[in-house]
Amino acid sequence: MDQRKCECGHTNPVGTLLCESCGKPLVIQISEQTAFPDMRYEGMARRSQTYTKKMVDRVWNYFSSVKIAIGIIIVILIASAVGTVFPQQQYIPVPVPTEADVARFYTNTYGTLGTIYYQLGFHNLYSSWWFVTLLVMLGTSLVICSLDRVVPLYKALKKPRLNQHKSFLKGQKLFAEGELAQGTDQAELLAGSAETLRKKGYRIFQTDRALMAEKGRFSRWGPYVNHIGLILFLVGVLARSIPGFFLDEYVWVREGETVAIPNTPYYIKNLQYTTEYWSEDEMPVKLELNGGVIAKNYQTDAILYENKNADLPGAKPDLVEIKNGPIIVNHPMVHESLYLYQSGMQEMQLGALNFNLIDLKNGSKEVGKIKVDLYNPAQEQVVADGIKVKVLDYFPDFIMGKDGKPATKTNLPKNPMVAIEVLDEKGKLSEKMVYLQGSILTQKSDPTYGIEIKMPDLIDISGINVRMDKAVPLIYFGSFIFMIGVAMGFFWQHRRIWVQIQDGTIMMAAHTNKNWFGLRREVDGLVEQMKLPVTIEEKSKA
Amino acid sequence: MNKSNRTYVRIAVLGLLLVALVFALYSSFVKDPQAVKVGSNAPNFSLEQLNGPEMALGDLKGKGVVLNFWGTWCEPCKEEMPALQAQYDKFKDKGLVVLGVNIGESPIAVEPFVKQFNVTFPIVLDRQSQITKLYRIGPIPTTFFISPEGEVKEIFIGQLNEAMIADKVSKILP
Repeated sequence: MDQRKCECGHTNPVGTLLCESCGKPLVIQISEQTAFPDMRYEGMARRSQTYTKKMVDRVWNYFSSVKIAIGIIIVILIASAVGTVFPQQQYIPVPVPTEADVARFYTNTYGTLGTIYYQLGFHNLYSSWWFVTLLVMLGTSLVICSLDRVVPLYKALKKPRLNQHKSFLKGQKLFAEGELAQGTDQAELLAGSAETLRKKGYRIFQTDRALMAEKGRFSRWGPYVNHIGLILFLVGVLARSIPGFFLDEYVWVREGETVAIPNTPYYIKNLQYTTEYWSEDEMPVKLELNGGVIAKNYQTDAILYENKNADLPGAKPDLVEIKNGPIIVNHPMVHESLYLYQSGMQEMQLGALNFNLIDLKNGSKEVGKIKVDLYNPAQEQVVADGIKVKVLDYFPDFIMGKDGKPATKTNLPKNPMVAIEVLDEKGKLSEKMVYLQGSILTQKSDPTYGIEIKMPDLIDISGINVRMDKAVPLIYFGSFIFMIGVAMGFFWQHRRIWVQIQDGTIMMAAHTNKNWFGLRREVDGLVEQMKLPVTIEEKSKA
Repeated sequence: MNKSNRTYVRIAVLGLLLVALVFALYSSFVKDPQAVKVGSNAPNFSLEQLNGPEMALGDLKGKGVVLNFWGTWCEPCKEEMPALQAQYDKFKDKGLVVLGVNIGESPIAVEPFVKQFNVTFPIVLDRQSQITKLYRIGPIPTTFFISPEGEVKEIFIGQLNEAMIADKVSKILP
């Protein structure tokens, strides 16, 4: 390694601005002029400033540059912003089952710009390989920039510089100089100054002719602490990809139904769903609602089960109750790291059809009640003594098929058609009839049995969002560390005051990383109290 | 710190960051590690049969399996049913099983349909669409061709005809 020798005899590493031993500026032109090296890293050589041409060092040097870091941040900012121009793939409002549909959606909806957007991969930006690479590069840059600077800074601050070169003192923004009167007790003057500064909360480092007072050194670590926080945050985000760390599922559960939560061993049962509304007398002001209502609460009373037989999907579950209680908007049901949120509902959906079987030949007397559960119709039910009703055909969402036969559009009971057969064992009768869209079609023109349509069972279907995010504690912890770092750097300052006596001349210099006004007041206070014969010069630039 | 130490520290730090990069890239490429793909093992499941006991896919090891996801509301499913049945009849003695997975319907809706097309291959009922989600089924019909060892050899989305089925089945017969 190339080294530079200072006139004091100390050899400094390449890139050193201020001699590590005496503090004299090492670049000659600088020491002669008023421009003084930046005090940010105490004039130390950054660790990356070596001449080594090894691959590792080159990569290291690349990431140790703050300019590169800012470049990466700007690219990430621009990319993130562009990613919000059109919706991300997961937020496309229409179903897009295949990749071709996705491409078509962007082209048809947003034209040429949409096509470009899709082709550049902006539709899946935040999980795309290049965006992820940028984030990892930012993390790399954070780690290396910090290491590259914090180590030399730590070394420099650990060894407080006492006997600084005159040009170091002169180079500081606050500098004072004056002749001491004959017969002044130099030791007493220094001791007095030390005492005054100690009372102000300074830590004192002293030799016979020099002293340095320092306070708030820890604020210099603020930026590095906040970088540690940011790195923890990024690690937390990355940890979400570890299997079992992150889950985001959505299940629809009918009242009374128990369904499996995908990718977990859990089942959820919806006991009851309710929407509550504000009544008018609860409202502080009379509102013109025109018959409208305002919801007060959305709630699913649910039971969470764990399936002890989860190894074989689809097999009969062996359910053990884990939790029983309400799921309310903003008040999820919590089990370990699993959160169940109330996040959707479909109210008043058809659950079952109700009919009365009547005897038309006997003054329309009611024979019995028929119930057809639209999600699980019973094949046969006994309606009255000796009278059975069979469900022959069931189409949950009736449509006339291409072949002229009834068919179903979906597997949801939106428009049910039910064909039933009434079997009267005593009268040896068999009559068939069909329910469709609120009316009954009978097979015979003069049937014995008729059907009266009653109010159907209406049920609510609750949408539950199931989430798990085990990285959240780490992300919060990272954010907390970040805030500590920011507070350290923002609310405290690293102040240093040097006093040196040489050949009857007293020299003072002071440095801080912020709040020069506060430092100036402390220096003025010291000069006044000790009646130091100095004139203070404050340069406009440090 | 001396120079060689410094190099080792740098290699260690950069190595760690490289591991992070590889992991991040891997998880961005493989968004759904559990997805059933060609070459992966078909996840085992057990479902109740239409008019029969529970049936597990794992019990069919040693046979070529055509796993067909369908619903009565799906026109192309209807149209390919006879083709599936014909190929089942042709190859069942050579070790082929066609397994139809009905998506979320009740036996009353499924039974007349099965009768109408004279389907004799086993039909299982996925009442809660659990297996449909496990296999990440999008549009139907979707058909998986599974080797006697239980490996997914081919996934076909859309309607199949007899020639296509025969061709694909020939690759999974024991």
